[in-house]
Amino acid sequence: MGKAKRGSTLAEKILARHSGRDRVEPGELLLVDVDLTMANDVTAPIAIRSFREAGAERVVDPSRIVLVMDHFTPNKDIASAEQVRECREFAREQGISLYFENDGIAHALLPERGLVLPGQLVLGADSHTCTYGALGALATGVGSTDIAAVWVTGKAWLKVPASIKLVYEGELSPWVTAKDLILKTISDLGVDGANYKALEFSGGTISRLSVEGRMTMANMAIEAGAKAGIFEVDGKTREYLASFLPQGWEIPVPDDGAEYEEVRTYDVSSMGPVVAIPHSPGNVRPVEELSGVRIDQVVIGSCTNGRMEDLRAAAGALSGRKVAPGVRLLILPATRRIYLQALKEGLLEIFADAGATICPPSCGPCLGGHLGVLGKGERCVSTTNRNFLGRMGHPQSEIYLASPIVAAASAVLGRIAHPGEVLK
Amino acid sequence: MKYEGKAWIFGHDVDTDTIIPARYLTTWDVSLLAPHCMEDVDSGFAREVEPGDVIVAGRNFGCGSSREHAPAVIKALGISAIIAQSFARIFYRNGFNIGLPLVECKEAFERVKRGDRLSLDLEKGEIKNLTRDESYFFNPIPPFMRDLLREGGLVPLLKKGGWRVSSL
Repeated sequence: MGKAKRGSTLAEKILARHSGRDRVEPGELLLVDVDLTMANDVTAPIAIRSFREAGAERVVDPSRIVLVMDHFTPNKDIASAEQVRECREFAREQGISLYFENDGIAHALLPERGLVLPGQLVLGADSHTCTYGALGALATGVGSTDIAAVWVTGKAWLKVPASIKLVYEGELSPWVTAKDLILKTISDLGVDGANYKALEFSGGTISRLSVEGRMTMANMAIEAGAKAGIFEVDGKTREYLASFLPQGWEIPVPDDGAEYEEVRTYDVSSMGPVVAIPHSPGNVRPVEELSGVRIDQVVIGSCTNGRMEDLRAAAGALSGRKVAPGVRLLILPATRRIYLQALKEGLLEIFADAGATICPPSCGPCLGGHLGVLGKGERCVSTTNRNFLGRMGHPQSEIYLASPIVAAASAVLGRIAHPGEVLK
Repeated sequence: MKYEGKAWIFGHDVDTDTIIPARYLTTWDVSLLAPHCMEDVDSGFAREVEPGDVIVAGRNFGCGSSREHAPAVIKALGISAIIAQSFARIFYRNGFNIGLPLVECKEAFERVKRGDRLSLDLEKGEIKNLTRDESYFFNPIPPFMRDLLREGGLVPLLKKGGWRVSSL
């Protein structure tokens, strides 16, 4: 059968190590040791209830639990404040020191604080947990009850995913970003094209991409249904993690003979900026086709595109310009540290001067929670990850997903715009 | 394990924001959330659904967020099972973890009409359409997943001592 010679993918390597095995095969069900769990203000309260209903009193290891209050924070009403209070009290009761409130969005915060390292297995009660794959971790979203089970037992059951290798080659044109690459990939795979599978991103284009850009791509792996989106660790990852990576930390690499269910290669050199139109992240069009679409709001932020390079790109397009009359531009730096850095670099002044509203770090409008909910018939260009019906507010509102530079150019012209129309 | 009820039909890629919009998630009290289930696409659903009813849908049911509120509100409305051509993986975990049976069957979505009476047998892997006198088949649910449903989900299972490696 030749099975003994079959090499392992990155996902298989990590899962084998966490189940005490030499190797694992796609489709196998494993009981795995989990390095870290994360839950937020929407999902942790349910996990806490499940934890108590299961009759548990103490979590097995409080140092492996992260709680990040980011969805409706700063608490928008009494109900959300009560959910956060419950989480805060649970953290205190269980000795969970990695409890964060108003510090930023989990998927930007955990990498920034060095809480996720290559080769780790991370489960989060949040579908965009797959973001940490940018650092070479196997990270995936699960439900709240799954998280409670890990709090009680330290373990979870997982099916070994088949892997799809995505190879990107070629130089990116100006104004084409990681966001464009992942939107194009989702449209190519389909919104369920990678359901249950792991995406392994590679190629020359990827090696030139920043770690932040890789996080943007890994973040949206779930929008193709994927269990995980993983990048191999390279010099850029090591540099990003320099102050966190312990000496001699073992970093997994895929075997040369690894078996992929499929390998897709993209030549990105002829690609232009793209936009995902309502109501699916897979409805991707070249930005030029949408230049007649008038807009009411622009959102720049989120776990997908709220990091420094995103804010710098947006500021580049907004510097010395004004937001079009009648358009609301909302900027949400993804974490407190990013906010502070943007302040020091003068980006916040550029945004405010252009007429933007600078919001606190929060998921905010991405899920229609607060800080910029849409009314009936309103259209928004957003750097977030989902444009589902009613996601940002009224069921008759519309969300167009784009990169920060496209979003900023659109804010200036009051319609969906190619960055070249503004930056010339 | 058998279930019987009338069918409600939904399409492809029904996302968790459609099942329960995030704007309501300032509470996890399912009795408060349930009236909003599917409201953006079928405003009558939450009002008219009856205990035992079955959802029949297309590909990728439950895509999007990891919110466990989504299967929980569907269960709270009395839906006994969901039949879809495929499920998004997090929703699939969540369904079994809270004791809501999920069945993957391509044919059911093509044949079943709203209001048809269906009966499901998880061990045999059979859906009977009592209205049309037809049967559709699916891969039977494996024993350890049926255990999860029988116990009422992962929490009751944890109470009994959690996972046994042998059950995998």
